[in-house]
Amino acid sequence: MPTTAHIPDLDSVLACHPREESQLIPLLQDIQDHAGYISADAMRAAASHLNIPESSVYGVVTFYSQFYLTRQGRHRVKVCQGTACHVRGAVEIIRAVSARLGIKPGETTRDFEFSVERVACFGSCALAPVMVVNDKVYGNVTPEMAVRLLDELT
Amino acid sequence: MTFANIQSRARSAAGSFLDSRSPRVLVGASTCGLAAGADDVLEALPGHLAEMGLDIEVSQVGCLGLCYAEPLVELRSADHPPLLFSSVTPESLGHILTTYYRDGGGEALATMCDAPHGETPPFEQLPMLEGQVRVVARNFGRIDPENIDHYIARDGYTGLARALKMDREEVIDELRSSGLRGRGGAGFPVAVKWEFCCNEKADQKYMICNADEGDPGAFMDRSVLESDPHSTLEGMIVGAYAIGATEGYIYVRAEYPLAITRLEKAIEQATAYGLLGDNILESGFSFHVKLKKGAGAFVCGEETAMLASIEGKRGMPRTRPPFPAQKGLHGRPTNINNVETLANVPVIMATGGEAFARNGTERSRGTKTFALAGKIVRTGLIEVPLGTPLRHIVFDIGGGIPDGKAFKAVQTGGPSGGCIPAELLDLPVDYEHLAEAGAIMGSGGMVTMDEDTCMVDVARYFIEFTQEESCGKCVPCRLGTRQLLQLLNSMARGDSKPGDIDLMLEVAHAVKNGSLCGLGQTAPNPVLTTVKYYREEYESHVNDRRCPTHKCEGLLQYAIDPEACTGCTACLRACPAEAIMGEPREIHVIDPRKCIRCDACYQVCKFNAVIKS
Repeated sequence: MPTTAHIPDLDSVLACHPREESQLIPLLQDIQDHAGYISADAMRAAASHLNIPESSVYGVVTFYSQFYLTRQGRHRVKVCQGTACHVRGAVEIIRAVSARLGIKPGETTRDFEFSVERVACFGSCALAPVMVVNDKVYGNVTPEMAVRLLDELT
Repeated sequence: MTFANIQSRARSAAGSFLDSRSPRVLVGASTCGLAAGADDVLEALPGHLAEMGLDIEVSQVGCLGLCYAEPLVELRSADHPPLLFSSVTPESLGHILTTYYRDGGGEALATMCDAPHGETPPFEQLPMLEGQVRVVARNFGRIDPENIDHYIARDGYTGLARALKMDREEVIDELRSSGLRGRGGAGFPVAVKWEFCCNEKADQKYMICNADEGDPGAFMDRSVLESDPHSTLEGMIVGAYAIGATEGYIYVRAEYPLAITRLEKAIEQATAYGLLGDNILESGFSFHVKLKKGAGAFVCGEETAMLASIEGKRGMPRTRPPFPAQKGLHGRPTNINNVETLANVPVIMATGGEAFARNGTERSRGTKTFALAGKIVRTGLIEVPLGTPLRHIVFDIGGGIPDGKAFKAVQTGGPSGGCIPAELLDLPVDYEHLAEAGAIMGSGGMVTMDEDTCMVDVARYFIEFTQEESCGKCVPCRLGTRQLLQLLNSMARGDSKPGDIDLMLEVAHAVKNGSLCGLGQTAPNPVLTTVKYYREEYESHVNDRRCPTHKCEGLLQYAIDPEACTGCTACLRACPAEAIMGEPREIHVIDPRKCIRCDACYQVCKFNAVIKS
């Protein structure tokens, strides 16, 4: 497991949060915003800051789908799996993206360039199927367009 | 400052914006608009205007509800009626601006005033607006959602000012006369909920807004928060006053970053105006709101799970009673309402419960927003009186099914809802009728499906979703959804056994009756309704190993018909898996081992040479 070397300012992130259990999720969100994921050391630091068991922190990190335990790629590709996207061909988008990058949803390429995720719904159903690349939302995506978007980034 | 002062100041500040003859360019900039390219249009606008020597302000507005026509741009000038242009691109922008600002012309979708302009109809007379009544969406696309003056100038916070002069009981009575029921799914009467919490004695109570719109296929709450965040905030403050809460939380999905930004601004502005915070409008009542970002767990839409999440724990539901109104957040009485429910409250408080109740049916009062998506011509956000027939929504407002295909089903209520078949198209859409059909109102997602949709695949899709999102606390949901998914997977793969359909129904009933919270209790609905209305499709999968719509890949193979193939290479170029071989003008072949069954070749072939079997 990598260390907290990625978060030079972990202490300053911790200092922004009062030592209350209800701060756990905002604190973890903050750590992830800085480091890109939540390392074992960061979890230990969060537990000691809030004075709660490390197991509780691990429990919360693994419960919510937005927390990552491993380093993510430089480009974040999220393919929507909402109902409207599903009936308008999201499965084909996921398949084309996976085939192009050689990784399955939930994985990161070995050069840490791309991570691919399936996301439940972005709420842009009217433009289904939808894909989000580095926080920009693309609507009416086709498998070819998805592959082209990836190629433009490499 | 008195509310009358705030109001007159806001009216003069918002004046030119609300005047449709004051030169201005408005761009629909909610997430749908941005995804369709509104950000590129916004970027290109200043250059074009400068080139034309026009000194005109550009403003961002929320969602007009016509998502299919995004990006939408409204042009206003002192000399011509305001026009709304659809599907605007940076390339078409120059032409649109030139023709409009030169002679008021252009191929517009609608005029934004009452009278038609030549051939262009008024916005309200567009086919998609037929039969719509906009209460929740009253300000959508009409105001800058990041400007509180616009909201106040259109009678915002009038309801709050009135409520603060009334007793709590009077506020609750006004709500009761409106008949407003919860818009988040279950449809519980809001006045009763508030009364429960109001009657509890405690040193601290909480008012919570549930903005964790997790149902895939639903985007009503996102639209409300992005287009008119103050309406929800005002409803929340009224609710807090009615139940006696001084602290509150808005729990928003992290997948809605724009909604979060706009809410943060709304909270800041309302606080600066004395409409939120200490001693609101000098009434002695204080209320403070904090935003809580969700972290990606569907079950947190369930109220007890949401409370656990706000407390910093895993979002696991618990048994009720005690209800949140008795023991909620941190063990204190807590009231939870969803975004759309709260967005109705300012109107009820401003114009009275009886006026609100004129829309809708005997037991389902008011209007309801729906998100139209899926295989439908006009996708978007609509608002109709409850009781509107489904047929009117799908065919008149939504424009029917694209590409001449036949209608097959409407899926309402997300993973908790069900599929409504063609024979029930005349169903009035209200809480009771949808429940009778085996679906639920849910939060308002309506995904239309055409003849190409496989209902076994739809059920499998939803069960896969609920199985992944099940928190794992209770056995019927944790193991039952897994069992259902295994049965559906085997049907889609073609290795199911006779009797599997009945076995699946048995498991579905066990999950429905035995689960702890709403997620598990409603998870089998997609299975139960699809078996009820489309049993023959299940039977083809199980008995004949055949998927009538060619959707289930396990039952599917792609090949190229050598007689029909012209060697045009279209399929070869479209194939993302490099599974197609062949030289130009020679017959192509698909390698079944490499084929990922993405359907791309089938879709691009102009000669019907790709065969699915």
